[in-house]
Amino acid sequence: MATVITVTSGKGGVGKTTSSAAIGTGLAMRGHKTVIIDFDVGLRNLDLIMGCERRVVFDFVNVINGEANLSQALIKDKRIDNLFIFPTSQTRDKDALTMQGVEKVLTDLASQGFEYIVCDSPAGIEHGAITALYFADEAVIVTNPEVSSVRDSDRILGILASKSRRAVRGEAPVKEHLLITRFSPTRVERGEMLGIKDVQDILAIPLMGVIPESMAVLKASNTGTPVILDEQSEAGQAYKDAVGRFLGEQRPLRFLEMPKKGLFQKIFKVAAS
Amino acid sequence: MSFLDLFRRRRDDSAAVAKERLQLILAHERAGREDPDFLPRLQKDLLGVISRYVPIQDDRLNVSVQRSGHAAVLEINIELPPRG
Repeated sequence: MATVITVTSGKGGVGKTTSSAAIGTGLAMRGHKTVIIDFDVGLRNLDLIMGCERRVVFDFVNVINGEANLSQALIKDKRIDNLFIFPTSQTRDKDALTMQGVEKVLTDLASQGFEYIVCDSPAGIEHGAITALYFADEAVIVTNPEVSSVRDSDRILGILASKSRRAVRGEAPVKEHLLITRFSPTRVERGEMLGIKDVQDILAIPLMGVIPESMAVLKASNTGTPVILDEQSEAGQAYKDAVGRFLGEQRPLRFLEMPKKGLFQKIFKVAAS
Repeated sequence: MSFLDLFRRRRDDSAAVAKERLQLILAHERAGREDPDFLPRLQKDLLGVISRYVPIQDDRLNVSVQRSGHAAVLEINIELPPRG
């Protein structure tokens, strides 16, 4: 049985594609056969983040329309075994993803032995996003500690609870995971940013991980390497922890403390003021 | 800057304001999420019908659904203008 994991947020720019790439890669690194699907029809970007943009021949919409088969469209990752990328189309026809078409693709992927199907949802609550939500077994809600992102995440949780396939069919509800990204301990300390507990109090779903704001994320996207492969970076390690928690492991949260200032720096600060 | 300031943390606490605002607006939005889709259209139609007989302001008509257990009650409040 394949598990469909939808990575979603409502708001744009919070790190859905970065997170989809990292989580999918992390699951494959743990030995699970995984495919990451780009649901953002018209604005293809997962291929760039995964560094396979020059290998795209056929896409999601080609497969749905029967113009190519799955094995022609799936791109096998060159770094990690068990990892495949399924790029989306750049067509401007937003309704190209039909419910029946997507359902057939997901069923076919499951029968090819994929354990995890990670769906990188587009922003917003239009057709593509709703389609990605509909098929979710589990959902990763990517949230920045910021008012508009938290509000949009709450809205998405409402849609999951009423419009997902599991909700419509009266099955067990979609399992929700909160992933807080772009977190800055320094700004929380100064009272400028919502803390982990604040966001958790409001959204009230289990926390899968906290990814600190990190230079490594931009660097990773520049080079087309999922940031989880940057083992030196805090963001990479935080994503690894998050994948571990997703798989049911207990791991303490890391990188939530402000970097400690030495006495020397404190004295320097006083001298400067 | 006094010596003690080294140990005192500065808090501007706009984050506390953010949390409070979010809790308020989300409580409101979660309550509205349960409402059937047709409420805004029903409200508009009712306004149209009533204003054929009495002049009434848009914000004087309120339509809501109250739930308790399995029962749901459609509540319509219409405030008529003062007679004059």
